[in-house]
Order: sequence, then structure tokens, then C-alpha cells
Amino acid sequence: MIEILSTGAVNSVQDLGRTGYLDAGVGRSGTMDAPALEIANLMVGNEARAAGIEVALFPFRLRFEVDTVFALAGADCPAKLDGRQVPGWWAMNAKAGEVLTLGLPRSGARAVIAFQGGIDVPLVLGSRATDLKSVFGGFEGRGLNRGDRLALAGTSRRVLRMEGGYGADVSELRGRPVENDEAIILRVLPSAEYTAFTGEAISTFHQTDWLITNDANRMGYRLSGPELSLTRKLELFSHGIMPGTVQVPPNGQPIIQLAEANTCGGYPKIANVIEADLWKLAQAPAGARLRFEITDRDTAVAALRQERAFMADLAASVSLMRGWM
Amino acid sequence: MTEVVSPRLSTEGAGAILLDAADTVFSDDIQSRIWAVAAWMLKVGGVAETVPGMNNLMIVFDPLAVAPDAIEHQLLQAWQTVVPNAIAGRDVDIPVVYGGATGEDLAVLAEHAGLSVDEVVRRHSEAVYSVAAVGAMPGFVYLSGLDPALAMPRRAVPRMKVEIGSVIIGGAQAGIMPCTAPSGWHVIGKTKVPLFDPLRDPPSACKPGDRIRFRVIEVQV
Repeated sequence: MIEILSTGAVNSVQDLGRTGYLDAGVGRSGTMDAPALEIANLMVGNEARAAGIEVALFPFRLRFEVDTVFALAGADCPAKLDGRQVPGWWAMNAKAGEVLTLGLPRSGARAVIAFQGGIDVPLVLGSRATDLKSVFGGFEGRGLNRGDRLALAGTSRRVLRMEGGYGADVSELRGRPVENDEAIILRVLPSAEYTAFTGEAISTFHQTDWLITNDANRMGYRLSGPELSLTRKLELFSHGIMPGTVQVPPNGQPIIQLAEANTCGGYPKIANVIEADLWKLAQAPAGARLRFEITDRDTAVAALRQERAFMADLAASVSLMRGWM
Repeated sequence: MTEVVSPRLSTEGAGAILLDAADTVFSDDIQSRIWAVAAWMLKVGGVAETVPGMNNLMIVFDPLAVAPDAIEHQLLQAWQTVVPNAIAGRDVDIPVVYGGATGEDLAVLAEHAGLSVDEVVRRHSEAVYSVAAVGAMPGFVYLSGLDPALAMPRRAVPRMKVEIGSVIIGGAQAGIMPCTAPSGWHVIGKTKVPLFDPLRDPPSACKPGDRIRFRVIEVQV
């Protein structure tokens, strides 16, 4: 068991998301930063889709009630296990009674924590992800509260041989951290209504540093910037949308759909953030600036292939590094 | 054989393709083809999910397992060749209490339509609706078959909370709220039939192709 000592209500149990039920109106959900959770799971010896905790509100504290191994990934936040510093992208042994504390991120917005065995909550429609909007999955279908006690799956507990734990180098996959005030570059593919926008709107879309407003959550981010206009008014029938779909409602201000996006929508779509760049949005807090750079489908597929190759290499190297006792 | 119009294809990222066959008005014939092509595409290797919308269809696939242009090719081929056969949809009976506190927009809708409340209820409950698609929120059914006289533009300002089971009209579409959520649609009645249960598989009570009839329990003033 682990016990939650301090949290915010949007911190939740998440895995890599729910697939197979879009046609019943059930969205993906799952962690906003899927590569981070996958890496953290690899580091503690879990399969990629084991459930961990996504932390978007800080400070966050939990107490271990068993000896286990955990890994911290995602946002760069000051973290301590009792008195000891825990670096980012790091796996470490924890002893029963020790307290893990995560402070406000220095950069990024969401930390993910994986635990050996994974968080043991029931599978709902094939996933352990919390769907906060629809109130099911995860821990009782809701965000975490102080006093919640979460079980860890699996009974055999193994211990890392390295006393201080070990880290993963993710720079090849994630690049250098973005400086404050620097726009985050997102690669996009044009969507169905891209050419229905005026030429001016299309260049504005690509040249603006869009502000993430405070209306930003796991469903999506509303952006603020110059108004984007269509060449003529469009009335679209409801159609499937994906995490990463950038819609432009009548007020001309884009919305990026994210992990808990509705499965269908009706607003014109100007572009889609490519799958391999979605984690950058998970790490972009309200107030950050975004820039949309056009790319092509081959590049989008190649970026995913590169991500898979990175994970395969990491899986091979951590199995050597980990050295279970 | 009727001519099959070429649909428009677009991308939603590397791993999703949207086929849009919509004309200016919704077509039941096109929707039958959408369902048939969705079922066919699910058997294509690498395809993970199909999402029928209103006269459109999104295919979600693993672009590392199958090339996106191969999916496009198969999708266009399926669109031309698949024979839509009538889906053996089920008949779903939805008992409704019309009007009253849980159908607060019934009178407003009647006034907008220039009909009596009883006439609105008669027309709404005598139509046979087809579940065109399920989506947006879990278990939400997009229904075709609403009497055009009952169409009414959505509210300018959505309500922040519309109760589960609300029987609603938005534009030319009819629907039922599967959960309590914000909505700009007009609320004309209430049903107790549950439409979504995440602990059931399939979780949605209705599938595309099902026929829905609203049955009058009571009309409240």
C-alpha cells in the first residue's frame, strides 16, 4: 500500500489509456505524458501499461507502507524521499514508512510516478486509467484525495542493487528543456478544414506564439491569440476527433483536444499535433506559449518509430542497469 | 445501383484518417454505407478502432504496423465496393415523462414550432429514430429521424448541467443524456432507461443501426 498525504484533486491514477471503445463514446484518457510513464514503468521492471500516478498539482506527498521500487519521470520537479534528493528520470528503492515529496516543477507541468507492480485498481473497459470527466476507472473514478490508500499489484518485491538508485538519459528522445518565455514547438499535420481558413489565418496560425489560457485541463487546452477566420461559415456534422486535434470554434481561438477529449466534435479542425509531440503539451503549463510548425506524415511516422526504438534500447539497457538483488 | 460519390479523406495525426461523405443534409443511405465500411475496415491489419460519425467515419490505426496510404487505399476501395446491408439493429423502447420540471423546454419548443404541446409529444413519440452514431460523451446516441417541424436551434448559452436521462433536441437532432453534463440542447422530457454503464461490456446500451421509439408515460404541464 501507499498512502496519499498531500495532493490536488486532478492528480490521478493513469496508465497508457483505454482503447477499443471510441465507438461507444469512451475516450482514451490515460496519462498526458505517455512516454514518461512508459519509461518510468520500464525502470521499475513493469510492463509499459502498468498504472502509475500522474501529478499535475503540487506539492504532492505520499508514504510508502511497503518496501518497493519507484521511478519518477516527466516534469523536472524538486523531489525528496525522506531527506534524500530524488533526481528526475530516476528509479530508487523505498522502504516502508518513507515519505516521497514532489515540489513545484522547475520546468514542465506533470510528473509521473511508477511503482513496482503498478497501482492495483480494477480494469474498467480494459484500462486502469481514471476518466475524470466521465467518473470511472482508476481509483473510484476520481482524482486522489488525502488519506487515499492505493494497493500495489504483485507480491514478489525485488530491490535495486544500487544504493542510490539509477537514472535514464532521455535527452535523445526529449531534447533539451525549454527555457521560460521560449515557445514550445509542436509539429502539426493539416486537418480536414485547413484550407477552409483564409490565407492570412493559416500564416497567423503558424507564426503566432499561442498562449495557453487557464482553461487548460486533461480534456484540452484553450489558446489565446489573434482571431483565425474561415473563408466562409461552415456547419459540420459531428465527426471523430483525436487527442492532438486543433479545433477552431466560432470565436477564432484554437482548442487543442487532449487525453480526455470527447470522441466526436463539430468545430472546424485546422491541424493535428503529431502523436510523438503530445507529451510536450503534457509538460506545457497554463501561461506557456506554443508554436505550430507544419510537417508531413512521413516525418510524423518516423518520429513515432524513433520513439519505439528509444524504448527498445532503454528496455535493454535498464535490464542491465537495474541488477535486482 | 446508385452512384457512389467519392468521399473526402483527411488526417487527424499520423494514425487516424477521417472519411467525410457528408452532403448538406444527413443521408440514411450514406450512413448505412458508413456502418458497413466501418465493419469492413476493422478486419484490416493494423486498424485499431473505427469511429462512425454523422455521414463520416474515422479510422484509427497503428501507423508503424500499416502504412497510412495503404489504409487510405483500402478505405476508398471499401467505400466503392462494400455493399451496405441493413444492420440487424434492435428495437429499443424509451419510456418518457414529457414536460414538467424534468422537461422544462417542452412548452418553449412547442411555441417555437407553432404546435400544441400535445402535438409536439405526438410527433416526437410517433417517429422511429435510427441510432446513426454513438459518441462525444460515453453512450451518447446521435439520432436521425426527428420530425423537421420539431427542429430548434440550440440555446445561445448552454446549461452547465443537464440531468442524466434528459430527452433532448438540438437543431435537427434528437438525443438522450447518458450522464449529467453541460448541454445546449432543449430538454423536453426524462427517461429512466440507463444508456451507459462502464462495468458492462459493451458499455453503451445502443449501437449504430438500432431503432429507438420514445413511448409516452405521461405529459406534465
